[in-house]
Amino acid sequence: MARLTMTRQDKIEIFKKASLCRNFEEKVFELIKKDIFKIPIYLSAGQEFIASTLAHFFKNQSPYIFAQHRSHSTYLAFGGDPEKLAKELLGKQDGCSNGMGGSASIQCKEINMFGHDGLMGTQVPIAVGAAFTSKKFTIALAGDAAAEEDYVMASIAWAGTKQIPILFVIEDNNLSILTEKKIRRNWEMDNFAKSVNVDAANIEDDPEVIFESLKDKNFPYLLNIKTARLFWHAGAGIDNLNQKDQYKIQMNLLGDEALGIHQNTKNKIEKLWNNLI
Amino acid sequence: MKKSLKETIRDVSKNHLAKGNQLYGQCLTAVGWVGGTVPELTEKDGLVELSMADVMAGGLVTGAALVGTRPIYVVRYQGFQWFNASIIINYAAKSKSIWGIPCPVFVRSIGMEGGIGPVAGSSHHGLVYRMPGIKIASPMTPNEYINIYDEFMNSDDPFYVSEHRKSYSNTEELKDIKFDSPDLVLFPFSITRFESVKACEVLNNQGYKISLFHQLWIKPLKISPEAIENLKNSKYGGVVLDDDYPSGIAKQVAYELMNLTGKKVVVLTIEEKTAGFDPSKDNLPPDQEKICAFIKKLI
Repeated sequence: MARLTMTRQDKIEIFKKASLCRNFEEKVFELIKKDIFKIPIYLSAGQEFIASTLAHFFKNQSPYIFAQHRSHSTYLAFGGDPEKLAKELLGKQDGCSNGMGGSASIQCKEINMFGHDGLMGTQVPIAVGAAFTSKKFTIALAGDAAAEEDYVMASIAWAGTKQIPILFVIEDNNLSILTEKKIRRNWEMDNFAKSVNVDAANIEDDPEVIFESLKDKNFPYLLNIKTARLFWHAGAGIDNLNQKDQYKIQMNLLGDEALGIHQNTKNKIEKLWNNLI
Repeated sequence: MKKSLKETIRDVSKNHLAKGNQLYGQCLTAVGWVGGTVPELTEKDGLVELSMADVMAGGLVTGAALVGTRPIYVVRYQGFQWFNASIIINYAAKSKSIWGIPCPVFVRSIGMEGGIGPVAGSSHHGLVYRMPGIKIASPMTPNEYINIYDEFMNSDDPFYVSEHRKSYSNTEELKDIKFDSPDLVLFPFSITRFESVKACEVLNNQGYKISLFHQLWIKPLKISPEAIENLKNSKYGGVVLDDDYPSGIAKQVAYELMNLTGKKVVVLTIEEKTAGFDPSKDNLPPDQEKICAFIKKLI
């Protein structure tokens, strides 16, 4: 799976995906404040470069994707229909999970993204079973809290034992609702993975770093990616106004072209929502 | 020579693997290949030995079913389902309803009683009964097992198949016993069916008129119109027998029967207590003697 070093075009393509995710989530955040939604919404803003970089890196492989409750960005970055996601959040039957799943249980058959049942971490053993049986490359995403579930760790170990073609991605925002990681544990997921003979790395959510970490890898492989959740666990609030924002960092790096993408995407998202509410 | 139930299960499993499916479980070679019900094959043939992580195992087979295969999942003691079944009943059972994606797992859940202690004993089908989207049956004969398997292959739902080790040597099909105007009607499930038949024979030889209708399906509950009519014509109502706890399925089935017939229906199951290894502390399903005494008290 050798790839060339990341080019500016790669960065722009990744930014386009991230911009879709960020603008979608910021609009939803605004609508939550207006009490438009009747269900809990789990926003992924701030974490969008993980899914966006993965989607770009694996664009020719159409992997199976198993994510959990904070996965709007995964859905959007891999090509899920934004309108169907919006309808799902509005509780409509023509939403991406038939109005049944809500924000936490989104799916998209067209991109091989399976729904989540709402119980933390179950997507990981399910993903391992799917990859083991089908031999198809699979990506399992989990938060740093879900990663602590015993069955998640057992699944990673079994994937190592059976040499299953799967990438585990821990979206490590350091928070379980509001409880910090250091209060919950004194170990890191990459060290755990290595202890069960699964190669792993612990990195930042800079797209270039993620991209480089995926080059020439054999699977199973685990990436613990440190990121920052922009909004509350659920609902409309901001955890920390001073935290790192990868989106702003990348927009500054890429300059006017990125700014144009951002504005253009923002307009499209506004139009999408205006047609629905 | 007739095939026993265990030979039937082994043959069904072997044919299933020959179609490219997989059979998953922990310690599949244990105690004579799970009582002689698992074909002596390897992972190359589709027999997959899992690690001992119970909750994970239920997730793995759910994932296997989600991507288009029909895994058989062997859980050697039904008491283990408190861990093993969690992802099956929370994901596999709901997947079709939420996302329109079927997740057909065939769960072989094996019960046993007698000297097995506080954890592994008895059937626990009541555990999964409450969750929509899963089918439950308890076959005790070779033909019943084949029928349940065939139904599974023509369905896209997960199946919980409540087996019992004491039935594995059985080669016979079980027949209902019917009196036109019975004193009482028995509705036995799982392993209680064998002792219920014996109890009926004893009581009917003593001049009682006890009907018995064998129960294969737990969910959906399938009680024949003939059995319902027979209960309506009974003098003292009915008894539901099971080797799960009384608040498992038995009281629920009794409630359904009472609603359908207006007759009083009571339950006779294992006791509401934790079993121990000391024989005096064990918790066994009702035997012929206990069933006879229970019925005589009712009449």
